[in-house]
Amino acid sequence: MILVWVETDSEESTEVSLEAVTFARSLSAAGGGVPVDAVVVGDLPAGLGDQLAAYGVRDVHVATGEAFSAYSAAASAAAVQAAQQATGAVVVMAGGTNRGCEVLAHVAARAGVAMAANVVGFEGLAPFVVTRQVVGGAVLEQMLLDERPAVFAVAGHAVEAVPAETAGPGTLRPFAPEIAPADLVTRVVATDERPAGEGGTLKSARVVVGAGRGAGGPDGFAGVLELAELLDGSLGVSRVVTSLGWRPHHEQVGQTGTRISPELYIPCGISGAIQHWAGCASSKVILAINTDAEAPMVTKATYAVIGDMHEVVPAINEELRRRRP
Amino acid sequence: MSVTNVLVCIKRVPDTSGEVLLTEDGQAVDGRYVGFTTSAHESCAIEIAVQVAAATGGEATVLTLGAAEAAEQLRAALSLGCTAATHVEADATGFGPADVAREIAAVVRAHEAEGRRHDLVLLGNDAADSGDFQVGVRLAYELGRPVVAGIATVEVAEGVAVARGEGPTGQETFRLPLPAVVTVLEGGVEPRYPTVSGRMKAKKVAIEQRPPTGAPAGPKRVRLTVPPPVPSQVQVLGEGPETAGAVCDLFESLGVTR
Repeated sequence: MILVWVETDSEESTEVSLEAVTFARSLSAAGGGVPVDAVVVGDLPAGLGDQLAAYGVRDVHVATGEAFSAYSAAASAAAVQAAQQATGAVVVMAGGTNRGCEVLAHVAARAGVAMAANVVGFEGLAPFVVTRQVVGGAVLEQMLLDERPAVFAVAGHAVEAVPAETAGPGTLRPFAPEIAPADLVTRVVATDERPAGEGGTLKSARVVVGAGRGAGGPDGFAGVLELAELLDGSLGVSRVVTSLGWRPHHEQVGQTGTRISPELYIPCGISGAIQHWAGCASSKVILAINTDAEAPMVTKATYAVIGDMHEVVPAINEELRRRRP
Repeated sequence: MSVTNVLVCIKRVPDTSGEVLLTEDGQAVDGRYVGFTTSAHESCAIEIAVQVAAATGGEATVLTLGAAEAAEQLRAALSLGCTAATHVEADATGFGPADVAREIAAVVRAHEAEGRRHDLVLLGNDAADSGDFQVGVRLAYELGRPVVAGIATVEVAEGVAVARGEGPTGQETFRLPLPAVVTVLEGGVEPRYPTVSGRMKAKKVAIEQRPPTGAPAGPKRVRLTVPPPVPSQVQVLGEGPETAGAVCDLFESLGVTR
């Protein structure tokens, strides 16, 4: 049996968790159809059972109790481990968010087994070998997960979330695990809720306009900011831009920033180092604007304009405004 | 104000701003031609370590497990304000995350036995090369200490570490009784640059050398591979501002214009 820790927001499962469930189904199919169960910790969004059923989930184990009123990785892991032990799951997995990796690291440490992060596929079942991204995705590692449970996190956007051909029952099975006081020491004590439209939007933006060293300085972003506004998109920048203090870190796209997956990404004056590519590789279409036709960002892009962003972007903005009804 | 001694654990990693090559045995990244650096999140962990130590009158010790050359990263951290350094000299590629956690825990215990406690242990959330996302958590279990991951800022007051980081809905605050372990994500603090006097001081610090406590179980790595380069399929729309029309046509065909 495969157990997936599903992260939720107030309404439903996160996209990355649905990707993990989709991955679990392909693993299940390779393993002769072993069931896929989910474990949810804390408040249960009303439609979650139906949503997970559509993704082929058999049972949804719902950890209930006051212990889960605020997030604690240790308490979440205790609940996941209790569900794993009760069901005898041989695989425990989650979507590869920072939180997903954190909870699984606790699960693996408690069980005394290995854990693989950033998994994008599996090579074989006996022995169980997973493929995972290392060095920001520039290198792949084949890693042996020969202990049980096998614990791993699926890299965000490595697979597309697809509902199952045959829905599962998605039966809700509440349980109340006992949580040691030590596991509650690390609970969140306060959350400064992000105002709508600030931060977080980069991750879910349909269009992202990127800017790198080519911006030239802190005053070089007017054009790309206007383009982002004209396209109802968000601004994303490379690490060099935040390191130089030209723009705030929450705008950074990359291995140490946000990983984006927009319909359209428009990197301007970004060469495309591994660090940056790690954060934007899941974009559906990339239009690179760069003076260097040989820059990795240009050669990896879908479309490119060769030229100075400070000349090209204002011309695009003007044309966009002209075409408006 | 209680004195808080900080241990910050760092890793020497290949600088990946260029092309990535592998060693012949496919077990490690060959950084000989691209150079090495300190893993990104750990540059921020060093900054937090130095700030917390300065604010509480404590000591900031830097630790690495790595080859002889990793002393370069220890010296760099010393030049930024760390005052002591420990080097567990070993080939890091043979160590899995559980091995590294065990070695760090051994150093913490050995220092404690010598009367040097590390109230707060900081690590990067994940290393730029191996990306395991777990050494800090495993270390906490080894030491029986609380741990939070993905933290941007840490302040210490009255034996409690107040750690803040970005959660799914906004900035989250944790209050950890010390001793504790915290893993750091880039973005909350601005790493400082070394000063000339910092560099001079760093040269004079004697780096404590410790052998690993045992043979590592290893990282369960079967092999590394570099995916073959995908042939470029880029469609160049043109050069310069004259392409604006073609670009806007593209936007319209993609349905991204208002």
